Amino acid sequence: MKNLISILDLSLEEIDELIATANDIIENPVKYSEKCHGKKMATLFFEPSTRTRLSFEAAMYELGGNVLGFSEANSSSASKGESVADTVKVVSYYADIITMRHPKEGAPLVASMNATVPIINAGDGGHNHPTQTLTDLLTIKREMGRFDNLTIGLCGDLKFGRTVHSLVQAMMRYNNVKFVMISPDELKIPEYLKQELIDAGVEFTETTDLEKAMPELDILYMTRVQRERFFNEADYIRLKDSYILTSEKLLAAKADMRVLHPLPRVNEISLDVDDDIRAAYFRQACNGKYIRMALILKLLGVE
Amino acid sequence: MHIDEIKNGLVLDHIKAGKSMKIYNYLELDKLDCVVAIIKNVSSKKMGKKDIIKIDAEIEVDVDILGYIDPGITVDVIKDGKLVEKRHLELPEKVCNVIHCKNPRCITSTEQGLQQMFKLTDKANGIYRCIYCESKAKHGSLL
Repeated sequence: MKNLISILDLSLEEIDELIATANDIIENPVKYSEKCHGKKMATLFFEPSTRTRLSFEAAMYELGGNVLGFSEANSSSASKGESVADTVKVVSYYADIITMRHPKEGAPLVASMNATVPIINAGDGGHNHPTQTLTDLLTIKREMGRFDNLTIGLCGDLKFGRTVHSLVQAMMRYNNVKFVMISPDELKIPEYLKQELIDAGVEFTETTDLEKAMPELDILYMTRVQRERFFNEADYIRLKDSYILTSEKLLAAKADMRVLHPLPRVNEISLDVDDDIRAAYFRQACNGKYIRMALILKLLGVE
Repeated sequence: MHIDEIKNGLVLDHIKAGKSMKIYNYLELDKLDCVVAIIKNVSSKKMGKKDIIKIDAEIEVDVDILGYIDPGITVDVIKDGKLVEKRHLELPEKVCNVIHCKNPRCITSTEQGLQQMFKLTDKANGIYRCIYCESKAKHGSLL
């Protein structure tokens, strides 16, 4: 593995290996604190994403490495019209690894074809965001202790949510995983993804009712239902509350169920849920740093 | 109507009726200075009507483009007036600069000098996807 462009670039064994390293980092952080001494990571963020960028930067600093880069296209040569190919050819001379977020879909793949150092896709438009999926996987493993025999509820905007699509593609490779797709009719998962599930013989159901689905879930992956996704205001107002998770709705859930959310949250999980042990989304954000540390080590070939 | 037999060259047969000019253009046959015959609406037992292109020169045609446009086309290789090879086409695994990605959010819409590459992701349904953004281009969208 030289680059991480899509989660499907990783075999199940490679994912297991990354998770094992991340778990070891969590247990023994001191052991890893100088692993990347003298190494530099370039963070090329052609569109802003504070959370993802800080997570990568923190990961590199905790490995003893250094970080250089920019956090918006205006402060880079892209604003002068430089191509992605040229940018990464040049940055390859200055850094040992490149993390890239770009508004255009496929930009990190173009980068990987031109750079001489590893490329990590930190999000390309609405397309891929593999390190979010790795974060979700590490969280599922740490919270549930397994990837198989799980019923996973995906709630909210399943049509446009790229984190949901990647998570489905990553989790459907494990045994006896069932999906419950909970969304308004306007925001159902895309046909191509449904076809992939059918072709692979993976069980899934679709519903508009979060409360009804709740008792059978092992994991509830929440996403935000955005106002601008609706065709009309009346539908939005009618539906918006049905996809808000409250502690009252959680009463029907299993005691060991876990709630995940890629964050940022707006109002789709009410604040009173945060204190529930089942709310795993802040632990999930913390895991994001550790899995990125594991990924940086792997791509740099640091033992 | 009589069209001369060719001595050494190619016959592109079983072209869907009316599509021969498109193929002529994609293969850039206008750049050849040998005899090229486009025969339209020939009676065919199998197809009802078909088009045929005869090229009176030993040239290499891009079978990938041809296979993408219509895998039903056959390429007959003629030497000394005799049929020496009948090539059956398949959908190519990859096509370069044949299909253009229509997704405005794709990196191909802004990056200079980037080749348009599509790969075959679903052979049964002839579905090609952009290698960069994975947008779908249904097979046959050129015709």
